Amino acid sequence: MNETAKAAPRRSVPLWVQIIIWALLVGLLVIVAIGLNRSQQGQVQPGANIPSFSMPLFSGYELNGKTQFDLADYHGKVVMVNFWASWCKPCEQEAADLEQAWQYYKDSGKVIFVGADYVDTEPEARAYLQKFGITFANGPDLGTKVSQLFRIKGVPETYFIDQNGVLKYAQIGPFSSVDEIKAIIDPLLKQQQ
Amino acid sequence: MLAEIGYGIIVVAFIVALYSVGAAIYGERTKSPAVVESARRAMLLLWPLISLAAGTLIYLLITNHFEVSFVYEVTSREMPTYLKITAWWGGQAGSLVFWSWLMSAFASLVTLRKWERDREFLPWVIVVTALTTAFFLGLVVFYENPFARYWQTAGGQIVTSMFAPAATATVYFPSDGNGLNPLLRHPGMIIHPPMLYLGFVSFVIPYAFAIAALITGRTDDRWIRITRRWTLIAWLFLSFGLVLGSRWAYDVLGWGGFWGWDPVEIAALMPWLTGTAFLHSVMIQEKRGLLKQWNMILIILTYSLVIFGTFLTRTGVLSSVHAFAQSSIGPVFFVFIGFTFITSIALLIYRWPDLRGETEMKSLLSREALFLLNNLLFMSVLVICFWGVVFPIISQIFTGQTVTVGPPFYDRATAPLFAALMFLMGIAPLSTWKRSTVGTIGRVLWKSALAALVITVILFFTYTHNIIALVGFYLIALVLLVTLYEFWRAAWARSKATKENVVAALWNLFGRDRRRYGGYVIHISMMLMAIGILGINAFQIQTQGTLALNNSLTLGNYSIKYESIAQFTAADNRQVTRAVVNVYDKNGNYLGQLYPRIDYYPDAQQNMTIPGERPTLQDDLYVLLVDWQPASANGATFKIFVNPLVNWLWIGSLIFFVGIIIAAWPDRDPEYASARSRARHAEQPSAAD
Amino acid sequence: MNRNLRIALYVLALGIVLAGLWAVTVHAQNPTPTDDEVNRIAHQLYCPVCENTPLDVCPTEACRQWRDLIRQQLSEGWTEAQIKQYFVQQYGVRVLSEPPASGLNWLVYVLPPLIILAGAFLLFRAMRGWIKPPADSSAVGSGEEAPKDEYVERLEEELKKRK
Repeated sequence: MNETAKAAPRRSVPLWVQIIIWALLVGLLVIVAIGLNRSQQGQVQPGANIPSFSMPLFSGYELNGKTQFDLADYHGKVVMVNFWASWCKPCEQEAADLEQAWQYYKDSGKVIFVGADYVDTEPEARAYLQKFGITFANGPDLGTKVSQLFRIKGVPETYFIDQNGVLKYAQIGPFSSVDEIKAIIDPLLKQQQ
Repeated sequence: MLAEIGYGIIVVAFIVALYSVGAAIYGERTKSPAVVESARRAMLLLWPLISLAAGTLIYLLITNHFEVSFVYEVTSREMPTYLKITAWWGGQAGSLVFWSWLMSAFASLVTLRKWERDREFLPWVIVVTALTTAFFLGLVVFYENPFARYWQTAGGQIVTSMFAPAATATVYFPSDGNGLNPLLRHPGMIIHPPMLYLGFVSFVIPYAFAIAALITGRTDDRWIRITRRWTLIAWLFLSFGLVLGSRWAYDVLGWGGFWGWDPVEIAALMPWLTGTAFLHSVMIQEKRGLLKQWNMILIILTYSLVIFGTFLTRTGVLSSVHAFAQSSIGPVFFVFIGFTFITSIALLIYRWPDLRGETEMKSLLSREALFLLNNLLFMSVLVICFWGVVFPIISQIFTGQTVTVGPPFYDRATAPLFAALMFLMGIAPLSTWKRSTVGTIGRVLWKSALAALVITVILFFTYTHNIIALVGFYLIALVLLVTLYEFWRAAWARSKATKENVVAALWNLFGRDRRRYGGYVIHISMMLMAIGILGINAFQIQTQGTLALNNSLTLGNYSIKYESIAQFTAADNRQVTRAVVNVYDKNGNYLGQLYPRIDYYPDAQQNMTIPGERPTLQDDLYVLLVDWQPASANGATFKIFVNPLVNWLWIGSLIFFVGIIIAAWPDRDPEYASARSRARHAEQPSAAD
Repeated sequence: MNRNLRIALYVLALGIVLAGLWAVTVHAQNPTPTDDEVNRIAHQLYCPVCENTPLDVCPTEACRQWRDLIRQQLSEGWTEAQIKQYFVQQYGVRVLSEPPASGLNWLVYVLPPLIILAGAFLLFRAMRGWIKPPADSSAVGSGEEAPKDEYVERLEEELKKRK
C-alpha cells in the first residue's frame, strides 16, 4: 500500500498522497479494531434483543406442523434454542435432560424448545435424536447462520429468549440436570409480558 | 515466594525499561550525555533482570509448581525436563517473557557497540528498543502474568491471581498439570518458535536505527551500514524459523505437506518477504545512493508486519491451528500497533524530502533496475498474502459471511510471481551496476540458457510432461547454471590473474567479496528448495486403503505391506499405537520398514498422527496410520503419500545456512564502511533544508 | 425460492438416506467409492469446525462423518459440483477453499492485481524519471562516477582481456 508514496520525486509528499496514506492506515486500523472487537466480544449477552430468524426443521421434528421455525411466530412464548451436534460428546450429557424438560413444559403451550444442529450430517443427527428419544423441534443450522447470530463458541450452548424476544439467559456447556433447566424457565414464565 | 520474586523482577525490569526511554529522550533534548549514558546503563540492566525472572520461571516449571497457573497449563509430571524448560515458550504468558528476554539481549548487544561516530543515534535507538521491550514487559505485568497462582477462597472457589484475592484465601495446589499441547512437543516445535522470535526481535534493531535516522535527520546510508549485519542475522533467523516450522508441519501435522497457506504461516512469511526485498534494495543504496525513501518504507513495513503478525495470531483475530488461545492483550496490543504505524509514517512523511536519491539511474537493465523489479515482485507477493489474510476479516464485517482463502488462491496468484523472481535471479548476477545492455547480459546468458533448455528437454523425455513443472525446472536450471558459471568465471579469471589454482582462487574469491558470493550460495540454496517445492506441488501422489494383516497397498513405485501393530505406553506416558509396515519397490525388492503411529496424550486428551517416512533424493515415502480396529479382519487404514523431490527442500535449507554465514561473516574492518564511501558522504551536501 | 429450494433439498437428502439404506440392504449395487475418490473431493473442502484444515486430513470425529457423507453421496452418483453445493448449503461458504467470486468476494480476486499493476506503473514511471534526469543533474551524474566494487571491476576488466 505504501507503494503509492514511492512515486514522489518532488520535494515533499503531495497532500493528496498523504491523505490517501492516512486514509488507508485508518481504514486498516478500523477493520482490525472491528475484527478484534468481534473476536473478543464472545456470545450474545443476556439483555440483547434477538432479531427474528428462521431455520428449516428435520422432517419428523417439525413444530406445530411447520417445516420451518420462525422466531417471530413465537412472540409471547419462552423460546429455548439449543445448539448441539452428533459429534459432540458433552451434548450427550444433557440430551435426556432437555427432552425431560420438554415433556414437562410442552403441554403448557407457553414454552418452545428448538434444537439447532450445528455443522452436522443428517443421518448421524437423526441417529442421535433417536438415541436420546428427542421429540422437540430440531433442524439443521444451515450455513451456520443461526449460530453466527448467537456468535456461539462451541456446542452445546443454550439460549433462553423471553416473551418479548429478549435474551434472558445463556448456558455455555451442558446442563447437568432437569432442575437446572426448570430453574431458568420458571422465572421467565412468571414474568409479566 | 518464588513466584512473587519472579513477578517482582519483571515489574522492576518494566520500570527500568520505562526509565531508560524517559532518560534517553530527556538526555537527548537537554544535550546531556550523562543522562543518555544513564539510559544506556538502564538498558544494559534489562537483560540480566529478565534473565533472573526467566530463571525463576524455568525453576518453577522444572519443579512442578502447579499452583502457578502457567506451570499448570503447560507442564505435567510426566513431561521430561527438557520439555518442561521449553514449555517456557509453549504458552502465551511465558512466550511474552521469552520475547522480552530476547529483545533485551539484542538491545544490549547493540548498545554495547562503539558509538563514537554515531552518538546522535544512540538515544533514539535506546528509545525504540527499550519502548518495545517495555511494551512486552507491560503485557506480562498487567495482562499475561506467568507467575499468577491459583487461590482457593473461603467460599471454595478457585481464582487465578498474583496476590491473595482475599485475606482468607490460600494457595491452591493442583496435583498435576495439564501438560504441553502435544503438537508442541516435537523437536521442530521446540526450536521453531525461538528462531521465529529471534528473527522478529532482531528486525527491531534495523528499525530502531531507521527511526533514529529519521528523527535526527541523519539520512545518509549510515544507518543501513550499521545494521547490515543485523538485518542479515534477522533474516537468517526468520528464514530458519519458517523452514523449521515447515519441517514441523511435515512431520507432525500429518497432512503430507509442509505449507498450507495458513494465516499464521503467512503472518510469518510477510516480514520475510519485505525483509528479503530490503536486503536487496539496501545494496542499491549502498552502491548507488538511490532508493533511500524506499528503504525506509521497507524497514518500517518489515517491522510493522512483524508486530502486526504477532498481533493477529496472539489476540484471536485470526483463528488457526497455530494460533494462541484467545487472550486479553488485544486492545493494548492494538494501541501499540496504531502508535507504531502512525509515528513511523508521520516521521517518514516529515523526512521525505531529505531522503531523495543522490544519483540517477542509467539503464533499465542495470543491476539496480533489476533489483527494483525484484522489489516490485516481492511487494506483489506481499500484497496477495496481506489481502488473503485480511479479507476474511473484511468479509465477516461487511457480509457476516465467514470465508476461507486457501491454498488454491495463493498458489495461483503467487506462482507466476515466484517464477518471475527466479528469472530475475538468473539474470541479475550477470548485470552490472549502472549500465548493462541486452547484449552484455545476453553474451553471458545464452550458454546457461541453452544448457538449461537441454536439461529441460531431457526432463521432458525422462521425467515429466507437466508444462508448469517444466517451466519451473527450466528456471531452476537456468539460475543454478548462471550462478555456478559466475563462480567458475570469477575463479578462473582470478586464478589466471594471481597464478593460484582454481580452488584456492574460489576460496579467496569468497574471502574478497563475501556478500556477493554468499548471496550466490543463498540463490543456489533457494533453487534447491524450489526443486523440493515444485516436486511436492506438481507430482505428489497419494492413496488410502484399509488393509488386513499381511496385505499390501501400492502407490507409484512403492508398495507397503502391513506387518503388525502394537500398543504400548511410552516413558512420557503417551499411549502409542504403532504399526509396522514393510516397504517394497515395484519389483518386490525389500527396501525397509516404516513405523507410522498414533500417539495419544492422556494428559491433553489429544491424538497425534506421526508418519513413517522414507526419505531419498528422488522422493519421500510418507505413510500415515489413519485408523485401526483392534480385532477385526480389516486391520488398519493407511494413507500413503509419495512426495517427489521434497528432500531437496531440507538440503537446500542447510546450504542456505552456509550461504548466510558466508555473507554475514565479520570483515576485518569491523565498521565495514570503507573509507571511500565515507568520503562520498562527506562530499554530499546535506539535503536538509 | 429459497424455501422451496431448501425443502427440495431436504426431500432430496431424505431420498438419499432412504436410497442409501435401500442400497445397503440390497448389498450396494453401486460400487463403493474408494478412499481416494472420497479424499479427492474432501481435499477441496475445508472442515467447518477446525480452522483452515482440509477435510481429507482432519482427524476429528466430525470430519470422519463428513467423509462418510461424501462417500455416500458419491455412491449415489452425485457429482463433485453437487457435493460441494450441498456442503455450501449446509455449512456455509467457508467450506470452500476459495470464496466464490460473487458480491464482495470479487474483491479477493480483483484488488491484488490492481494494486500490483498500480505498483508496477508507479515503479516504471519513477524509473523513467530517473533515467532521463533534468539537464543540470545529468551533468553532475556523469561527472561523478558512483563507487564500484573495485575488486569486481578489476575482475571484469580481466575477463574482458581474455575474451
